[in-house]
Amino acid sequence: MAKTPKLRRGFRFQWEPAQESYVLLYPEGMVKLNGSAGAILKEVDGERNVDSIVASLEQQFPDAGPLGKDVEEFLQDAEKQHWIELV
Amino acid sequence: MNAPGKQPDNVSVGPPLWLLAELTYRCPLQCPYCSNPLDFAQTERELTTEQWVSVLRQGRAMGAAQLGFSGGEPLVRQDLPELIAEARDLGYYTNLITSGLGLNSAKVDAFAEAGLDHIQVSFQASDPELNNAVAGSRKAFDQKLAMARAVKEAGYPMVLNFVIHRHNIHQMNDIIELCDRLGADYVELATCQYYGWAFKNREGLMPSRGQLEKAEAEVNAYRARLQDAGSAMKLIFVTPDYYEERPKACMNGWGSLFLTVAPDGTALPCHSARILPIDFPNVTEMELRDVWYNSPGFNHYRGDSWMPEPCRSCDEKAKDFGGCRCQAYMLTGNADNADPVCGKSPHHDRILAARRAADHATAGIEELTFRNADNSRLFYRG
Ligand code: SF4
Ligand code: SF4
Repeated sequence: MAKTPKLRRGFRFQWEPAQESYVLLYPEGMVKLNGSAGAILKEVDGERNVDSIVASLEQQFPDAGPLGKDVEEFLQDAEKQHWIELV
Repeated sequence: MNAPGKQPDNVSVGPPLWLLAELTYRCPLQCPYCSNPLDFAQTERELTTEQWVSVLRQGRAMGAAQLGFSGGEPLVRQDLPELIAEARDLGYYTNLITSGLGLNSAKVDAFAEAGLDHIQVSFQASDPELNNAVAGSRKAFDQKLAMARAVKEAGYPMVLNFVIHRHNIHQMNDIIELCDRLGADYVELATCQYYGWAFKNREGLMPSRGQLEKAEAEVNAYRARLQDAGSAMKLIFVTPDYYEERPKACMNGWGSLFLTVAPDGTALPCHSARILPIDFPNVTEMELRDVWYNSPGFNHYRGDSWMPEPCRSCDEKAKDFGGCRCQAYMLTGNADNADPVCGKSPHHDRILAARRAADHATAGIEELTFRNADNSRLFYRG
């Protein structure tokens, strides 16, 4: 996918030591992210497109096999939840 | 029974992920549903800037990630920009909850620069007349509109909040339309919860079931239209628990996620808990970590060994924790009791009586008790 994911306005992604996980913060709300969601959103910088994010993740997790499908599904879901935009 | 003040043995207490800093009880508006305590005027003392900074640092070190600045009207604190900057440095997601009065475009921009993440502007109605009557202020509405626009322009996510009651519940469509026009990202349509001044004014505020059902249907229909149009505006309709048969899981459990610090430094498990006959610690006298993990006030209703029947033997107690302690206290005189919203509560008739009263209420807005210092003094000088 050549689209580029970008966090929506008002959303912030950060590591929370007390929860030992990445979280997504937004107006009066917070989602605690599981390991793979955190790993994917960590790559979302508003610059790189989905293909290059997939490539980067496959390099970081060589034992996980091809990741394209999972990553795309997750990002589409995140778009539906209005966490990110895909442009 | 556990020794008082100790953490119940079978409960593991996590960090307070949400910190609510009620910076002041001062406010230029007089909303008759304000959740501040009736006797707020008695509390004139406010924490200093240094004391607030210390609370923010301690809270963040314990794991708090969401921070709300509220009040009263937080904008009356001159040190707000400083507190926002500190909060941002610490890594909080910082929410400013404001009436919009006292705000101007320069401040909106300055706060953004300091790192404020979000401003929530509250409205009283969709038209100036009703808005200003409820707010007890003649120029509130225009100011709010201007500030909503400034918030949008500065690039914040826009959250508009409307407290819904019997005098504005017929305006759902107009309210949502107004929000759509302003370009809101989130719209909170929060039906009144009966605490503080709202409890005092309950008869004059509570909608009838008929009103409520109509409003809910309107919101649902509007939501469907927005979805069809591909709009990202989110409508959040908070239903009043007085029309439920099971209570809300209040604050997600006592002392489980939320930590409120009142203007004078009193630490509370929720913004209403001050009314309970419980000693709550003050952050000027105790480290926040001790307040949260070890103070008798915060441990009072942790776990479930404090529960009397019907909650004690109820198989739903892990779901709702017996409901709201403040509501139990206000409606039954004993905060240990099941929240009377629950159909299993022996006091549920008080909720039924309130519903019946709502079907026949006739009081106009001018008959409500407005939240201001003069009225507040009536509640502690007698
Ligand atoms: S609810 Fe109204 S009166 Fe109460 S603090 Fe908020 S703006 Fe002020
Ligand atoms: S009896 Fe108590 S625990 Fe059971 S549903 Fe009612 S309030 Fe909740």
